[in-house]
Amino acid sequence: MRELWNVSSSPHVRSHEGTSNLMLDVALALLPATAFGVYRFGLYALCLILVSVGFALLTEYVFEIWTGRENTLMDGSALVTGLLLGLNLPPYVPLWIAMIGSIFAILVVKQLFGGIGQNIMNPAMAARCFLLISFAGYMNQFPALDGMSSVTPLTAMRNGEPVDLAAMFTGLTNGTIGEISTLAILAGGLYLLVKKVIDWVIPITYLGTFALFMLLFSGRGMDVHYLLAQLCGGGLMIGAWFMATDYTTSPITEKGRFVYGILLGVLTGIYRLWGASAGGVSYALIFCNLLVPLIERMTIPKPFGWEGQKNG
Amino acid sequence: MGNGSFRGGVHPFDGKDMSKDKPITEYLPKGDLVYPLSQHIGAPAKAVVSPGDEVLAGQILGEATGFISANVVSSASGKVKAIERRMLATGVISESVIVENDGMYRLAPGLGTLRDPSQMTKEEIRLAVKEAGIVGLGGAGFPTHVKLTPKDDAAIDYVIVNGAECEPYITGDYRLMLEEPERIVAGLKAILCLFERAEGVIAIESNKPEAIARMREAASGADRIKVQALKTKYPQGAERNLVYAVTGRRLNSRKLPADLGCIVSNTDTVLAVGMAVCEHLPLMRRIVTVTGDGIANPQNFRVKTGTNLAELVEAAGGFKGEPAKVIAGGPMMGMALTVLDIPVTKTTSALLALTEDEVERFAPTDCIRCGRCVKACPAGLVPQKMREASERYQLDLFEKLHGMECYECGSCTFACPARLPLTQGFKEMRKAVMDRRRKAQAQKQAGGKS
Repeated sequence: MRELWNVSSSPHVRSHEGTSNLMLDVALALLPATAFGVYRFGLYALCLILVSVGFALLTEYVFEIWTGRENTLMDGSALVTGLLLGLNLPPYVPLWIAMIGSIFAILVVKQLFGGIGQNIMNPAMAARCFLLISFAGYMNQFPALDGMSSVTPLTAMRNGEPVDLAAMFTGLTNGTIGEISTLAILAGGLYLLVKKVIDWVIPITYLGTFALFMLLFSGRGMDVHYLLAQLCGGGLMIGAWFMATDYTTSPITEKGRFVYGILLGVLTGIYRLWGASAGGVSYALIFCNLLVPLIERMTIPKPFGWEGQKNG
Repeated sequence: MGNGSFRGGVHPFDGKDMSKDKPITEYLPKGDLVYPLSQHIGAPAKAVVSPGDEVLAGQILGEATGFISANVVSSASGKVKAIERRMLATGVISESVIVENDGMYRLAPGLGTLRDPSQMTKEEIRLAVKEAGIVGLGGAGFPTHVKLTPKDDAAIDYVIVNGAECEPYITGDYRLMLEEPERIVAGLKAILCLFERAEGVIAIESNKPEAIARMREAASGADRIKVQALKTKYPQGAERNLVYAVTGRRLNSRKLPADLGCIVSNTDTVLAVGMAVCEHLPLMRRIVTVTGDGIANPQNFRVKTGTNLAELVEAAGGFKGEPAKVIAGGPMMGMALTVLDIPVTKTTSALLALTEDEVERFAPTDCIRCGRCVKACPAGLVPQKMREASERYQLDLFEKLHGMECYECGSCTFACPARLPLTQGFKEMRKAVMDRRRKAQAQKQAGGKS
């Protein structure tokens, strides 16, 4: 018999769903997009993903040893960061780009701000933006593939060229490794919804607002083909389902999630219509990440029983 | 009307299968009986017996002092051995009357006579409840006669019997509804005699279809009484959620159910009211579920108040394996015990022994801001932010984040994938804020006098 029973404050039971389960689910949900990217761009793309995942894990491990912190590799968050960064790289950048991006994501964006849950920007997105600014040449190169154009569908649309919507939906286009197949991303997003890892609010308000914004301001009016191509193009889908839903950098309040999704939709629209490059999801995400503390502060809900009342 | 549910909540493993098909068995105590004079909300009762006195079952040992207080009644006949300080399940030490049980259970004169509440005045009914020492048996321990005395009887339009029993593992109310539905209905009818305009609603979670059927049957002849099924979700039985689920009305920390026209009492309490009014029997027993994977033979017992918990464990076949944690009450809001030498009080609903302590198994990690606590909170709070306030002991911020609306149900802590002890911090903060308010109040009064 034990001499003493455990004593702690209630509740005495815990949900079996822990941080590592959630992160593993996100990684699983990214598998279709990963597999399709490797199928489309070949083994070199797989190498890029492995390097970015590997260096994300290594950076986290070394930093934690160096600073005498508890090892957090098993929570799975560095894995997800590395994977997301890899999927957001063009398919033929040099391996050292992936390496630098991963180190920046984990060291500067995540660990220097306090580690998991403390970063003010999504590490993978911030690293992508860092790479876009620092190595614009590499990061905007999409070599021609099996006779297809070396421009991404978004750039083509900007130049007024026609795009193949079906190819964009299935993923037979050019772009970063993980963003090309809307179908694969939606499959992953659906998995996250069904497993209740994410809820619908942010992706749907983001995509909905973006579509509405383009309808009003693109000058194309009710051009369904154009709208759908905009929705399927670039990093919007992977951004809406996997980046905007990042726990740490999105609002935890219910109303805040709506505000965040709407802001993302509007900003992405602005960047896509009037920004310097054809894309804009990365910058919209980073910008809105920084607004999250403010959004949360302004959307603290009225408690139950105080709705519409001043006090409480 | 309510929609039978509420926003938020969680679905913990309910563990009720272990004991839900075990009929209630009467357990007669072997050792001395211990009656704490402070086992309810409000002023402690004052002992009206002395060591050496002979007492009878149903005799008052401690008398209510002040408006919010309750009598303490002997559940057996015998001799008062001592009046001394004893520890309760909450860890509180209370002055207690110790009675040496003679095993005869001789009833005090005048008790046990049948009465018809419809022939009694409201004063007589309320007096019967007060004399009987009835308090909320669901766990709150609020004196029932006070609850049944709102400012205006005519303003009450709902009397809700809380049969939700949303705490995992506990099956006492469920068994009562199966085995003694008529007595519950009798209690409800007695309460309805006080509130002419009210409708009686027996509210039961949908995972107890047999109980719903039995209660419907028992209430079928009665006008003004209906049975409502509620969604199965923790904490459906919390007062604010229950009132909302049944009536659509929204309580908060500053409002009593009576302010919104509702009287809410738990099943066993209503049954006790029925016994006090119709059978003139004071509160001498309650149902205790002794269960968990660390108990050899989980049971539902009808227990004399004052019975030692160690006896109940023995009666349920003793411990099985090595219990890691022993809890008085359910796993969501119960108290972890260090010893079993504790009496069954009016609010002891269960004794739970678990061979694995999930709090120990899942060590806390850093918050990932997933927002599950926000979704789980039935009070509509943002526990993630409240935790930041409690970690830094920022009382003002905690109040600003509406922390005082928390009723410590534990849903946020259950849901947290980082396994953070959120509720623990909130309990400390709420206590600190209440202490601060009391001090400010005392200072104001002292200032006013000088």
